[in-house]
Amino acid sequence: MTDHRTTDPRPTHPRTTDPRTTDPRVAPKPALRRFHQARWDEKLVFELGTPGERGVLPPLPEPAVTAAVGDPADRLPPALRRAAPPALPELGQQQVLRHYLRLSQENLGADLNVDVGQGTCTMKYSPKVNDTFVRDPRIAALHPDQHASTVQGVLELVHRLEQLLKEISGMDRVSLQPGAGSAAIWTNVSVIRAYHAARGEAGQRDEVVTTAFSHPSNAACAKTAGYRVITLPPDADGYPDIEALRAAVGPRTAALLITNPEDTGIYNPRIAEFVRIVHEAGGLCAYDQANANGILGITRAREAGFDLCHFNLHKTFSTPHACGGPAAGACGVTAELAPHLPGPTVEFDGERYLPDHDRPESIGKIRPYLGVVPNLVRAYAWIMSLGAEGLREVAETAVLNNNYLLDRVRRIPGVSVPYAEGRPRVEQVRYSWQRLNEDTGLHSEDLGRRAADFGTHYWTSHHPYVVPEPMTLEPTESYSRADLDEYAAILAEVAREAYEDPETVRTAPHRSTVHRIRHEPLDDPAVWAVSWRAYRRKVLGERP
Amino acid sequence: MSARVPRTHPYIPNSAPQVRQAMLAAVGAQDVEEFYADIPAALRLDRPLRLPEPFDSEARLVAHLDELLARNTAVPPGRSFLGAGCYRHHVPAVVDEIVNRSEFLTAYAGEPYEDHGRFQALWEYQSLMAELLDVEVVNVPTYDGFQAAATALRMAGRATGRRRLLLVGAIDPDRLSRIEDYVRGVHELHPVAADPRAVRAALTGGDVAAVYAQLTDHTGRVDPELPRYVELAHTAGALAVVHVNPISLGVLAPPASFGADLTCGDLQPLGIHPSFGGGNAGFIGSADDQRLVAEYPSRLFGLAPTDVPGEYGFGDVAYERTSFALREEGKEWVGTAAALHGIAAGVYLALMGPHGMREIGGTILAATAYARQRLAEVPGVELDDPDAVHFADFTVRYTGARTAAEIAEALLARGLHGGTPAGPDEGRYCVTELHTRADIDRLADALQEIVK
Repeated sequence: MTDHRTTDPRPTHPRTTDPRTTDPRVAPKPALRRFHQARWDEKLVFELGTPGERGVLPPLPEPAVTAAVGDPADRLPPALRRAAPPALPELGQQQVLRHYLRLSQENLGADLNVDVGQGTCTMKYSPKVNDTFVRDPRIAALHPDQHASTVQGVLELVHRLEQLLKEISGMDRVSLQPGAGSAAIWTNVSVIRAYHAARGEAGQRDEVVTTAFSHPSNAACAKTAGYRVITLPPDADGYPDIEALRAAVGPRTAALLITNPEDTGIYNPRIAEFVRIVHEAGGLCAYDQANANGILGITRAREAGFDLCHFNLHKTFSTPHACGGPAAGACGVTAELAPHLPGPTVEFDGERYLPDHDRPESIGKIRPYLGVVPNLVRAYAWIMSLGAEGLREVAETAVLNNNYLLDRVRRIPGVSVPYAEGRPRVEQVRYSWQRLNEDTGLHSEDLGRRAADFGTHYWTSHHPYVVPEPMTLEPTESYSRADLDEYAAILAEVAREAYEDPETVRTAPHRSTVHRIRHEPLDDPAVWAVSWRAYRRKVLGERP
Repeated sequence: MSARVPRTHPYIPNSAPQVRQAMLAAVGAQDVEEFYADIPAALRLDRPLRLPEPFDSEARLVAHLDELLARNTAVPPGRSFLGAGCYRHHVPAVVDEIVNRSEFLTAYAGEPYEDHGRFQALWEYQSLMAELLDVEVVNVPTYDGFQAAATALRMAGRATGRRRLLLVGAIDPDRLSRIEDYVRGVHELHPVAADPRAVRAALTGGDVAAVYAQLTDHTGRVDPELPRYVELAHTAGALAVVHVNPISLGVLAPPASFGADLTCGDLQPLGIHPSFGGGNAGFIGSADDQRLVAEYPSRLFGLAPTDVPGEYGFGDVAYERTSFALREEGKEWVGTAAALHGIAAGVYLALMGPHGMREIGGTILAATAYARQRLAEVPGVELDDPDAVHFADFTVRYTGARTAAEIAEALLARGLHGGTPAGPDEGRYCVTELHTRADIDRLADALQEIVK
């Protein structure tokens, strides 16, 4: 079956015209990388192996143990004994290893690309040395119920990290328990709820205000906690509409959940006024600092008057993104709200570091034990490799990189930079390909699929698309000028193709692991398949 | 002397002074301050952050971390009898090899074109877990088993439109705390004794969304009446939500096999290091029932064709459920959680296969029974439920003069970690496949000397 859509119409590796050439020089590299993603054409793990193969052998009970206790399962009622072994595949060890290594090669980790295309995600270098600490058995093998005297190092580290983040945020206490950013948002919402409940206003204050360019989890966590959500639209300049805020707040306002700079990269200069308006109405203000990378050491939640804030340690503080976690969140609060934080906290009595479980006004547990400890270790090590001056250099360089890339990208035909004309952007920019779309009929998603052919990520934006045909780029401090030039050149090439050779873009990717995916089955309950057994039943008809 | 060579930070290449100047010039700026023009002076921090001096090199950072880590004790597995939600099991070397690959460790949220491998590995994880749980739908992992339980209960609440939740048997107090926080204002929680009569009585109040129970409870006990609770829940029109320790499911029946609607738990036992309680990831599984699928807040990856015959493509199933698609109109909320632990658990299950899971479950059951038997032989140590079957965790009662806390301290003095006080005269223990008979005998001998 030949289908022009499945292959790149243009050769990526033109051959030397004269095969008999004796020129010993290697020709210079072309301007753009002739990338091709690994394409192992790998089967599913269920299609591999043969019954009888084993990947790893667990220990068996020692004969004396069996002699003493028999098979305890015999004492269970039949309904509680597994009738047949799970239908897992059977593969030898190297076969399992090879399968997953191939899948790993078909995945574009941040270590392998100029990862500025996943805007808002703060893709920065996760230092390899910090990984060595968490693989050390003196972290990896620790059990959280070990006696405190045997884990003083990790308790001290967690305590120290809290002190560092207190200074970086300006807040009075910081909980490191949330598992990631959205869990930190939930934690803040739960603390807000506890605060109003303690004042006897839980029933009255049933509304939370957020903004269109704040992460969707702000709205979603508030709703899950039982609040009515009011979302402020952007005004003509892209700032959250302050008149809409004035109209929204009142005796029912529990809190404002807001990001700044927002996902547009625009810093809202009236943020302190927003906070004041909400405070005057008796509400609390929580600062979603997912976009803190450009303002470390420049401005803090404290100075803007916030009651709560949160950082994503996997974004700003360098812990690896791990395909979408494990991550870590850090919630900073004022002294007034500190009693509501989840426990345990780690306290220092002058001699020893001890977990403090005695927190009667706490919202309770957010996550088991102290949080995602490996990422707390990495974040601590990252801060200690930079210090105050280094963090400021992180912020300033991230902002310089962003404005440099902005200057390069805005020259590309078809792109525009909505809102706040002429104002600088902080650490990211939300662009629009609306003009290109009007000219070519292609969408931002199409450009993203083609960008994959050049070995890069590309992200549109969160839904709904307030900015039409969006693209969000966030070049953190990790990228060199040459890296940024390369990314801009890729975008310029993809945009050029959109105008001159739209079919190549429309049918992309061509040099990726797989080709365009048909999405309709994923939304059809009759055939969607979340597992191999569901696929075999619903699609192949192999199971009843 | 020549000018000092700048010590440009290795993580910030463009902070090299000449690079910085050139980039500023390229965009027509004099100073990075121009980019901060929108931040009012009153909000600017007018001093440097007060942070400790950083380490000037990777070498000195390593030395500092090594000093901190030196004050942690990595206990040999045979000397540690701690469990209760965080377990020491063998982590196969292949699991670590895969999850430490840069391609997986540092990837994030790319599309299935750049990140096909992540999608396939996570879809396979869902599929392998689905076999273990005997279900057709498993989510991309949520944060941990606490969140999995809390979300499963909210799902049941939405699916039934009812308010009350019955919680059967001994529950980890921390997990209960998480559930309380998560359902506050929406659901009422009713603790119920692990007894079918108590469950039936509690159901008569009506308006029950879910009966939550555990295949192995907080004390490690396998509850023989569990199928009965499931049946009673269904009779009352409620859903049955059952929490499991997944490493037990090679020998214990997956709750879906006796009718549980939602199965939840924590992946940590399946190839994830304990890391001081930092190695958790939550799973939820169910039948491919539209009523339930519609209530998952998590991402659910699905299999789909591509433009090329024979290629597997992957993507989000029913994405319009999620808060990514609909903000507050989606189900609860979704974000970065614990995907890499899902890949770890998938690799673990692929290595273990059907027979490995059966064997390891049998080994742990036998080790637990042996440990309970040996400890109960010690004068002054008793079991409240000598005839019960336990998996990994169990609790003993001390009848002598020494408190549980004193006994735990005395064990520690002998290099043994265990006996976490669960009350003034109760201590918690745990054994896994890593404990030999000699390890268990050593613990019993130590208790013999300590408990008098």
